Amino acid sequence: MGAHSESVPVSENAGGESPIELIEPMEVTEAVADAAAPEREIDVAVGDDLVEVKNLTVKFGGLVALDNVSFTIKRGEILGLIGPNGAGKTTCFNAMTGVYKPTSGQVLLEGGLLNGMKQHKITRAGLARTFQNIRLFGEMTALENVAVGLDARHKTSVVGALLRLPRHKAEERSAIERGMALLEFVGIAEHAGSLARNLSYGSQRRLEIARALATDPKLLCLDEPAAGFNPAEKEDLMALIRTIRNDGYTVLLIEHDMKLVMGVTDRIVVLEFGKKIADDVPSVIREDPKVVSAYLGEPEDDFA
Amino acid sequence: MSTTDGPTPMPGAKAAQAAANRQAAEKNPSTSADAAHKTGWFGRWNEKWQAMPRQKQWLYLIAIVAVAYLLPILNPPILSTEPGNDFPLALFSMAVYALVAVGLNIVIGYAGLLDLGYIAFFAVGSYTAAMLTSPDSPFIKVPYLWTLPLAIVVAMCIGVILGIPTLRLRGDYLAIVTLGFGEIIRILATLIPAMKGQVGFQNVGRPPGMGEDGIPVFANSNGTPWYWLTLTILIIVLLLAGNLERSRVGRSWIAIREDEDAAETMGVPTFKYKVWAFALGAGVGGMSGALFAGQVGFVNNQKFDVVTSILFVAAVVLGGVGNKVGAVFGGALVAYIPLRFTAIAEYKYLIFGLALMLIMIYRSKGLIPARNRLLAYGQEAYARVRNGPPKKPAVATEKEV
Repeated sequence: MGAHSESVPVSENAGGESPIELIEPMEVTEAVADAAAPEREIDVAVGDDLVEVKNLTVKFGGLVALDNVSFTIKRGEILGLIGPNGAGKTTCFNAMTGVYKPTSGQVLLEGGLLNGMKQHKITRAGLARTFQNIRLFGEMTALENVAVGLDARHKTSVVGALLRLPRHKAEERSAIERGMALLEFVGIAEHAGSLARNLSYGSQRRLEIARALATDPKLLCLDEPAAGFNPAEKEDLMALIRTIRNDGYTVLLIEHDMKLVMGVTDRIVVLEFGKKIADDVPSVIREDPKVVSAYLGEPEDDFA
Repeated sequence: MSTTDGPTPMPGAKAAQAAANRQAAEKNPSTSADAAHKTGWFGRWNEKWQAMPRQKQWLYLIAIVAVAYLLPILNPPILSTEPGNDFPLALFSMAVYALVAVGLNIVIGYAGLLDLGYIAFFAVGSYTAAMLTSPDSPFIKVPYLWTLPLAIVVAMCIGVILGIPTLRLRGDYLAIVTLGFGEIIRILATLIPAMKGQVGFQNVGRPPGMGEDGIPVFANSNGTPWYWLTLTILIIVLLLAGNLERSRVGRSWIAIREDEDAAETMGVPTFKYKVWAFALGAGVGGMSGALFAGQVGFVNNQKFDVVTSILFVAAVVLGGVGNKVGAVFGGALVAYIPLRFTAIAEYKYLIFGLALMLIMIYRSKGLIPARNRLLAYGQEAYARVRNGPPKKPAVATEKEV
């Protein structure tokens, strides 16, 4: 079973005033991890470094979007990546997942270098992401969308599919079971047969998470998953993200909403103008003068 | 001071954008959800079809196929193209166009790659059949039926060779490059001496079999056996295409069509599957070319022009992009209309042009809009969702198996 709450690296989260209790595994949790990814090894070495970002630099022409950024993501934690608009959060994401080629620096997953790998190979290596602006396959049903993610682990060849060989049939069967389990997990199972473009906004966001989880990632990267959500929906989303982590996934979260970030993350990396300015637990980050000034402006700044 | 308590730090552009996105997303369901699927005669027909039990579907299909096989014998008065054109030959022509449309539909409809030079593969298939069977050709001769698989293989190879450098392009750029393919093959046929340019190859081979009167069964003027052969191949190709559709291959294609970047991010090797779409489409095109060459019995460089290539695309778009039944219908229609209405045959491009414009305006999904079903066992899962919350899903599925 997937829960391993005792070994989450940071748990002195949000001194007192935080409305969220820490890590309450939901009843569905264990079943889902098993159904969605039965062959996963999740109880290994919680707390060691899963992803290492080393001196990552991304330049677009003369513009330095990301300047020598280094941080690590530990297995089993929820790491928040925050910063003002244009700080380089999404650039960092894109450089990690292979959308951009970093100008210099390295991204290591379990010690293996990801730089220069094709995007789909990075996904199969264990890095899955969602998009800031939802990018589902609109003409496919919710279940089919998830099946595309599941296919990342499937091995049926074109010939196998053409002739409906036994492996194809077995994988199709398991895709249905695991796909439905994932949809149930994110809470949109009743819409399994609806086209993705016809889903409500909130369901689309949840479907994106389910699709990313379907690729069986070691690290799940969520790019502003709560954008456009109302407070109640954000509450639900936080619970979902925590459940995902409790299920044994490691999560990297880009988010603007401070309450969400402070409430759900174990550790936060703050970017400003492409540089890392802070890297600590939420309670320290919120008092960090550099972070506060990055977000609210420095008192002595002259706006006249 | 705490950043948690303050107002949301970045209330600006992004939040507004997100809110706008959201409104758009929530407005959509009411408008497009129903419109796309439930309107129109075909839509309702499609829904009824999906609701039918499997056995009933098979019964209907067998009846339709039987009628299709009997058409050249029945020669129904209103449908018939006679006296202007021989009806069995017209049927053969329709079946070839349908096969072409089904092959092109893999490229355009599934993977979303606009290929305007599909005629190239048709030409490759025709020349493969001609050069390996015609007495005019200096090459070794093989029995005609062998050329059908050979045409598939050769066309697939050409598809891969043309696909690997060009499939890095997207959208309009790809369309422009593919437009060149057809011309390249035609011009090569003119320039390479062995391909005999306009002189061409006569007496292309035919399947074996002699009638009692000493005339071959597959005579050039006898459309019926050619039609039956092509129809049989068409049915097999349709079944195989259906298998691909409901597999990770079909899902990958549709995902690429919907959002190539997102597909790549979800672990789909997009380039590989685009090349596969190109190659499989090319294979079907090559086989239709070989059938065409066999029936006509003569191949030269005059038959493979860009206009015909565009006509192939029109067939796919007319029937319904992405839908194989629509492609069959569109292909058959494009071949049928000029043969049936000989008086207006001269104006066929004008008519197809107008028809395409009207279809784009009023039925942008083609005459038979249908969504691909992309999961081999999807219907069971959807039925489970519809029939209330599953109490014990694991047990239920084991029973179904």
